[in-house]
Amino acid sequence: MTEMSTITFKDNVTKALADDKLQFAMTETGPRFIAKRTKAREALPEFDALRDQARDIKDHVLDHLDIYLETYEAKVKETGGHVHWAETPDDARAAVLEICRKANAKMVTKGKSMISEEIDLNQHLAANGIVPVETDLGEYIIQLRNERPSHIIAPAVHLTRDQVEADFRRVHTHLDPKRDLTEIPALVEEARAILRQKYLTADVGITGANFLIAETGTSIIVTNEGNGDLTQTLPKVHIVLASIEKLVPTLEDATTILRVLARSATGQDFSNYTTFSTGGRRPGDPDGPVEYHVILLDNGRANVLGTEFQDMLRCIRCGACLNHCPVYNAVGGHAYGWVYPGPIGSVVTPALVGIENARHLPNASTFCGRCEEVCPMRIPIPKMLRHWREKEFERHLQPTSMRWGLGLWAWIAKRPALYRKATALASRVLANQAVGKGRLKKVPLASGWTEFRDLPAPQGKTFHQMWKERRS
Amino acid sequence: MPESSPRVGLFVTCLVDMFRPSVGFATVKLLEDAGCTVEVPEAQTCCGQPAYNSGDRANARALALQVIEAFKGYDYVVAPSGSCGGMMVKHYPEFFEPGSTEHDEALDLARRTHEITSFLTRVLKVEKVGAQFPARATYHDSCSGLRELGIRNEPRKLLASVDGVSLREMTDAEVCCGFGGTFCVKYPGISDKMLEKKIRHIEATGADTLIAGDLGCLMNMAGKLKRMGSPIKVRHVAEVLAGDHETPPIAEAK
Repeated sequence: MTEMSTITFKDNVTKALADDKLQFAMTETGPRFIAKRTKAREALPEFDALRDQARDIKDHVLDHLDIYLETYEAKVKETGGHVHWAETPDDARAAVLEICRKANAKMVTKGKSMISEEIDLNQHLAANGIVPVETDLGEYIIQLRNERPSHIIAPAVHLTRDQVEADFRRVHTHLDPKRDLTEIPALVEEARAILRQKYLTADVGITGANFLIAETGTSIIVTNEGNGDLTQTLPKVHIVLASIEKLVPTLEDATTILRVLARSATGQDFSNYTTFSTGGRRPGDPDGPVEYHVILLDNGRANVLGTEFQDMLRCIRCGACLNHCPVYNAVGGHAYGWVYPGPIGSVVTPALVGIENARHLPNASTFCGRCEEVCPMRIPIPKMLRHWREKEFERHLQPTSMRWGLGLWAWIAKRPALYRKATALASRVLANQAVGKGRLKKVPLASGWTEFRDLPAPQGKTFHQMWKERRS
Repeated sequence: MPESSPRVGLFVTCLVDMFRPSVGFATVKLLEDAGCTVEVPEAQTCCGQPAYNSGDRANARALALQVIEAFKGYDYVVAPSGSCGGMMVKHYPEFFEPGSTEHDEALDLARRTHEITSFLTRVLKVEKVGAQFPARATYHDSCSGLRELGIRNEPRKLLASVDGVSLREMTDAEVCCGFGGTFCVKYPGISDKMLEKKIRHIEATGADTLIAGDLGCLMNMAGKLKRMGSPIKVRHVAEVLAGDHETPPIAEAK
């Protein structure tokens, strides 16, 4: 696994900005997602009202999560399924492995699951002699490359077509080396043909869940490729990996949120496949898994309940905030260094790995507010990023130079008379250096500014000085 | 609106105070032309946003109290910035316990506070300004003004009334320019990438003048344009609306 840490964010960014292929891939996709969402939104007059409803549903669930989790567990058991509680990634991995071992599994197929990424499941399975095969095309590609997803719903969005072609040629050595892979459909066909076989031979199928429904014990997955359906219906055992905040009370609640999910994500009215699973194969069913397991992961989420960060748990992982984020679009998802990139990732990651391990993430935002503007669940992302900055400030996690600089500035700013003198002096000094130019190419202690841009020079006197002169 | 001349306290903003007083004077002119009596409280420095956005809530709160105190008694408080305006309108009340005197005072300030173009159009119902300013211009929406205060049409409407101004929209006018306060010096590489995209969109319009309503964004974009050797002139919306063509554009000398 190519590990990039959240701690080395600045280095990750430098690499990302210098990566021409990444930059090309990012310019191609960002605007396309945005245009599609805008169109879908405009076509549905009640879109914003649905967002309010969606937010309210999740708020209600989060305020009563214990009750809904218990109801859900009871329902899953009633339908013949099994529920496994996993407090930590270790617990979740162990639970998956145990189920796989009982099924004597050699190979598992996998639908797209961010929880699987969160618990590093593939490495764990492989280390224990079980071959994991990703079946979502994007996930399949990044598995070949030993990478993490760079986007929540489009895991290989950071790659160009020719990179994927090279990977396929490198790995699919049993195929004719002279085959034509210049068009994207050819790549899709090749992956599809290979994956068909895997579905049929897999012993266990693992999927994520977009929703868990308390009243019925149902899990829902949303895909565009149909790979999730084949993953969960063909093998004897189906494992659902989900985190505890995926709960919604009723089917109707799930469908309300589904109406904003795909529109926000890809601009589709609905995804190609929305699949409901309630337990395993029932007597008389011609097919379906014999065993149905749900692994419910906490991994720090319960600690977020009741705090100023609770709203983050409303997230339905649509990726709209990533698509609209100018920072994400500048550096791509890998720079963020962990599983969840983009604005929501910068809120979620510190909660899951500790703010001391992710201190750059909440700071790498201009607070432009576009994420909150497009979030279907109305998560106040900038506000939560600011809360993380407050935590960093309280715990002295920011660079000392910044702390001191800011402290000194605030000390002066709270003393208007002194502030007047300081600004008048600074204004004059800077203006004198820029006579006849209007701008400065270099300023001591301001290399962060002048590395890429000139500093417009002050006009020479402060407004307050001039106002005083005008009045007297 | 009070019947006779409304008494307006000008919130100068720290950037305008130190870097570009002409924006402050243009704002004063616009307010006086619209019939306001303008005063500039001495005890103002900065709205506290740098502290607030750096996680230093205590200092941000202290500066909020300073501003609240300094602007007591004015009919309105007007700033040539949607960013400082957004701070005062949207965020000051968050510092105080609901029901407390301070909270009431913060809400009272929030109700009285406006960004200049929205104050002119929404409160004073100004339809046009009498200025003359030759410019093929494009307008950048600064994030806070746009998303915290909902300012989009106000500056465009007023600019359209300026004799000589023709406006052409850039692609992604509402996308951040990469300034973001301390962000632009903490993460200069990301900031520059965002700035490059912004500059490409500005240049694609063929405009000779870039206008926006916040000096931070303007200094960022002007600094880049000038570093690149671009002839595009950069100005604050208040200067154009006030017809101030005497003052050199941002980052340019006399």
